Amino acid sequence: MKDLFRGELVRFTMEEPETRSKAEARWQRDSELHRLADSGPAQLNSEKTIKEWFEKQTEEGFKPERYGFSVRTLAEDKYIGFLGIWVDLIHSEAWVGLGIGERDFWSKGYGTDMMKLCMQYVFRELGLQRLSLGLHEYNPRALRSYEKCGFRLEGRTRQDLLREGRRYDSLWMGILREEWLEMQKGDGK
Amino acid sequence: MLDIQTPLFESPDLRLGPIDHEKDPEIESKWTHDSEFMRLIDTSPARPMSAAIVKKQYEKLEKQIEENKNLYHFMIRTKADDRLIGKAAIQWIEWSNGNAFLRIGIGSAEDRRKGYGTQALGMLLRFAFAELNLFRLSAIVPEYNEGAIALLQKFGFTQEVCRRRALERDARRWDLYVFGLLRDEWQITATKS
Repeated sequence: MKDLFRGELVRFTMEEPETRSKAEARWQRDSELHRLADSGPAQLNSEKTIKEWFEKQTEEGFKPERYGFSVRTLAEDKYIGFLGIWVDLIHSEAWVGLGIGERDFWSKGYGTDMMKLCMQYVFRELGLQRLSLGLHEYNPRALRSYEKCGFRLEGRTRQDLLREGRRYDSLWMGILREEWLEMQKGDGK
Repeated sequence: MLDIQTPLFESPDLRLGPIDHEKDPEIESKWTHDSEFMRLIDTSPARPMSAAIVKKQYEKLEKQIEENKNLYHFMIRTKADDRLIGKAAIQWIEWSNGNAFLRIGIGSAEDRRKGYGTQALGMLLRFAFAELNLFRLSAIVPEYNEGAIALLQKFGFTQEVCRRRALERDARRWDLYVFGLLRDEWQITATKS
């Protein structure tokens, strides 16, 4: 069987609350990262507050609709980002969001590798029918990466983002289980 | 000129109002026993609800409104006999982007196809664009809800997204559409009517 947690460049882990809060507090200060990944206003929280979130998460234990991973590089074993999956079991669908906090690892294929691992997890382990995601029009790097992974653009909600006084669209993408399976054949896997 | 004379919450036959915690639960409980209605207004699994559960949900809803400040909820009543016929909401408001989603439902089958949906949506859009000052509104509709699609198109909504086979019902998969309307587009249709 395939190693679910290991890709070509990265692996999925779950870092300790202490490690995660230190990194998150640092990554939160990167407003460009925030504006690429999120549609709401950027916000800064104290390391204490962030640590309390992660501790509360640990306290409450795993929730059936939520899967979160920390991401480490294989080469340097460096903790560079995160990936979260929200599952709707009733309709057999998941939504994914990801971020690379360490900017030195942008534009080098790490995001694409993270997404490939995510797709493998969603279709091989969670057994779902569909994986969805949303992104901003002004993030062409992410669009290219997701297209490379096999996602199809399913539409755009017009002008629903307001950044620096200008309006931008949100893009909606999705991939179906059979589309992903078809791609696996091509890879000889 | 500023139009503050035309009531925001009244149309020829209907009125938008708050929840009546005494009377409404029993009526809404009846609606929930109609699986067709439940499958038209929501993607979560249809299930019958007692008046007691509906009451509890109203309390939860009002608490959520108080805490999150990103939701406006209305009951739809007839002006003639003050009868509850449906509900409507502006939800998931993103204030920094001026964006939100709408919901609307006419509870019992007898009250459908009478133009109530049109009157209620007209009020809801004016509230969203002229009172909340939103820039755009979205609505999520399954492909099988033809009534809702026709209503949205009548008001100038554009189908912007087709989430392929995102919904499972009756042992098959269905597309889920996202519709959108910008404030400018609403103004054009609102002045025409």
